[in-house]
Parts: sequence; structure tokens; C-alpha cells
Amino acid sequence: MHYTGWFQEQPQLAAARCHHELSGLVEFVPMKRALNEHCPAPRRAVALISGGLDSMLAALVVQAQGVHVEGLNFFTGFCVEGHTHAIRSTRQKMPRRNNALWVAEQLGMRLHIIDVIEEYKDVLLKPRHGYGANLNPCLDCKSFMVGKARQWLEQNGFDFIITGEVVGQRPMSQRRDTLPVVARESGAHDLLLRPLCARLQPPTLPEREGWVDRERLYGFSGRSRKPQMALAAEYGIEEYAQPAGGCCFLTDASYASKLRDLWQARGEKRYELDDIMLLKVGRHLRPRPHFKLIVARDAGETRYLQGYRGHFAHLEMTSHGGPLTLIEGEVAAGDFELAARIAARFGQGRNADSVSFRAVMADGSERLLSVVPLSPNQVPRDWYV
Amino acid sequence: MSEYTLDTTGLLCPLPVIRTQDRARTLAPGDVLVVHCTDPGALNDIPAWCRINGHQVLETVDGDNEVKITLRIGAID
Repeated sequence: MHYTGWFQEQPQLAAARCHHELSGLVEFVPMKRALNEHCPAPRRAVALISGGLDSMLAALVVQAQGVHVEGLNFFTGFCVEGHTHAIRSTRQKMPRRNNALWVAEQLGMRLHIIDVIEEYKDVLLKPRHGYGANLNPCLDCKSFMVGKARQWLEQNGFDFIITGEVVGQRPMSQRRDTLPVVARESGAHDLLLRPLCARLQPPTLPEREGWVDRERLYGFSGRSRKPQMALAAEYGIEEYAQPAGGCCFLTDASYASKLRDLWQARGEKRYELDDIMLLKVGRHLRPRPHFKLIVARDAGETRYLQGYRGHFAHLEMTSHGGPLTLIEGEVAAGDFELAARIAARFGQGRNADSVSFRAVMADGSERLLSVVPLSPNQVPRDWYV
Repeated sequence: MSEYTLDTTGLLCPLPVIRTQDRARTLAPGDVLVVHCTDPGALNDIPAWCRINGHQVLETVDGDNEVKITLRIGAID
């Protein structure tokens, strides 16, 4: 395997990396395998990699002790990624990369990205520990992901799990009293090592067995990012994704409001992947309880929404430049005029006497219509979801 | 050695990578997989995924509305 990036510039860790390479050649052995006294195979850990700084450092700290580390990244559908932002034309200068993959490449480790969209529905729809400030079920989410990591560990013969959690970092899932909840409810128990705050926790199995040196782990706590940034600097890491809190749409008030609206309109808490992807795109307006408009905000979003034209009634502005508008719900023919008058607000004909549209029903039938755009004060604020 | 295609058009990151990863697991070393995507981020992510997992990118094509990435399956998966 060819390693690139940071590891090549860190000779002492590159040596450890070479040791890791051996583990790829070691015959598959169960989790509780006995060490060969003469040539002990390196222990193998699986790290939860979000793409942020904490999980990157946690994996690195353990790699630096000669442990073979591979990464796991879970895709719930709610992950904030540069690509999602890059749908919008105005944001196309943002790096178009998956941060978890980028971290894995920097650390020279394999990364397994796992689709948990379906399983995650139970976590979000019925969180045992409730929601945080918005619709973020952080404690249930962390327990779920560590539990998935435990399953992966057992299936792949790894020894322990690493997370980048720090005591007191997050108000729900990373408190002194909730860290044990994650360990217990995930079933990982003392196979779960948190290298960044391990010195503040009871010793875990990897520490007690000497697979890692507890003295070379850390005792970070609190919301300050300074200790992590100092550690990153110590390792010569200058570039990393913006840390903590910004990786999940469910923590975002605006997104949560749109998701609540979706559930309310459906009369039940239910969603599919396309539903939650569309909540990330466009302006959402609900002028009537039975339908909602999704109006693209720029050419990038129009391009993205075009992929959904076959599934939704929609409006294409023909007389002026303007965004594509999807209509979600049981829209009747009479609703098109109101929808078009709203959509006209967001095109270049917003001040024109008349704006024309091609209106396409969900069944594919079409008609042309011309409307007078609504003025700003004719669009009540509470139509905006 | 055979050539296969994978359509991930319409999917946003990281789904094109996940679908590629899952498809690669079913192929043999040396097989060629041509992945079609519409998320331009795939131009970075699929090659990155290939590098850390021992696969070889043979070609990337950045078209107007579609990205095409051709890779050869390595021995690791």
C-alpha cells in the first residue's frame, strides 16, 4: 500500500506504520487471540472517524503507540459534507472532499464507510434519551455508532474501539455522566478507549492489558479546543476540518424546523433518504397545509433539483431567468397558480407584470400559465419553513 | 479480469464512495470498474478511497454533467 501525506514526514510514526503493515498479513484470529511471545502481532483498533480534529487525533495517538488502526465512518443521511454545500454555486470554493476520507489518507489508514441510513431511523425517530437543542439525538447516536463499531470489531477480529470523545466537550453525549452510558448501551464496555480523555476515566481493557500505554494518553476536558489544537501542532498537523458540532444537520435549527414540518405535514414521524436530502436544498415554503414549495436558490441547486423532476410536480420559469421549483404534496390544479405566483418572486421577473411557467404535474401532464408575481409583503413570514 | 459499470448518478457524497466500496468487494483483483457520478466531489473522493484501499485509478473524466472514474481493483478488498 502506498501511504501519502502526513505520515511520510513523521519518521518515528512511519516506523510504527511499517509495523502496522504486518498486521495486514497476519492470519485472521479472533478478538481474544493469544499473543505470540516471540513475535506478537500488533493489536488492532477500529476508530470512529468523523473527519473532524478530535477523532483524527484519537486515532493518531493510538497509531503512534504501534497499534494498527482502521477507520469507520457512518453515513446516516444527516452528515454535513462539503459536497452538500457545494450544490450551491456560490459555495463552490469550499473544498469538495469527504473529510473522513481525507483524514484517513493523512493518517495512512484504511477507512470503511458504512451506510446506516435505514438503521438510523430508529435512533432518530425513537431516541431513548431524547433530543438535544434541536432534533439531535446525540446520546443515542453515539451509543448506536459505538455499537456498530463493536459489531464490526467482532466480525473482523479487531481488539478495541477508539473514539475522539472528550469529557465535557458536548452537552449531551460527552458529559462525565453520559460517557459510561455510551460504553454500556453500545455493548462495548471497557473495549472502548477514548485516548483524548482516557486519563480522566477508569482504565480500559487496552490500558490494563498494556496494549496501549495509559501514560501516553491524555486528560482533556471541557469545551475549549486549545488542548486539541496544541496536540495537533505537536504532531505537525496544520490542516483539519472545523472541529466539533458542525458535522450533523440535526443540530441545525433551520434544518430541524424543516424536518418537523415534514413530519407534521405527513401526520407521522417518517422519512426516506430523498426527503432528508431535499431538506438540505433550496428555500422551503408551505403556503397551504397540503403542499410545500422547494425553490432553488441558484443554478447549482436548480441543477440538483432537476434530478427530482420525475418525482414531483414542478414549475419551470419560461419568460424570465429563474429557479426550478418543486411542489411536494397532493397539489390540485388550482394550487398551481398560487405556487407560480410565489415562485415568480424568486426569478428575474419578480417586478414584471406577468411571469410565465411550464407547469408539470406529478403524472407528467403539462400546461402553461402566466401569473402576477406576489409582492414581498404578500408572502407571509410563516410560509417559510 | 472483467469490466463492470456502476451508476451512482444523482447520489451525493459519500454515497458514490459507499456504492463503489460495496461493489468493489464483490469483484476480483484486476477487475475494472467504471463508476458514473454526478457529484463532482467524487473526483476527489473515489481516488482518495482507492489510494487508501489499494485500488488503482486508471482514468478520470470530468464531463459537463457527469464524472466518470475508471479503477482497477487491487488485492486488498
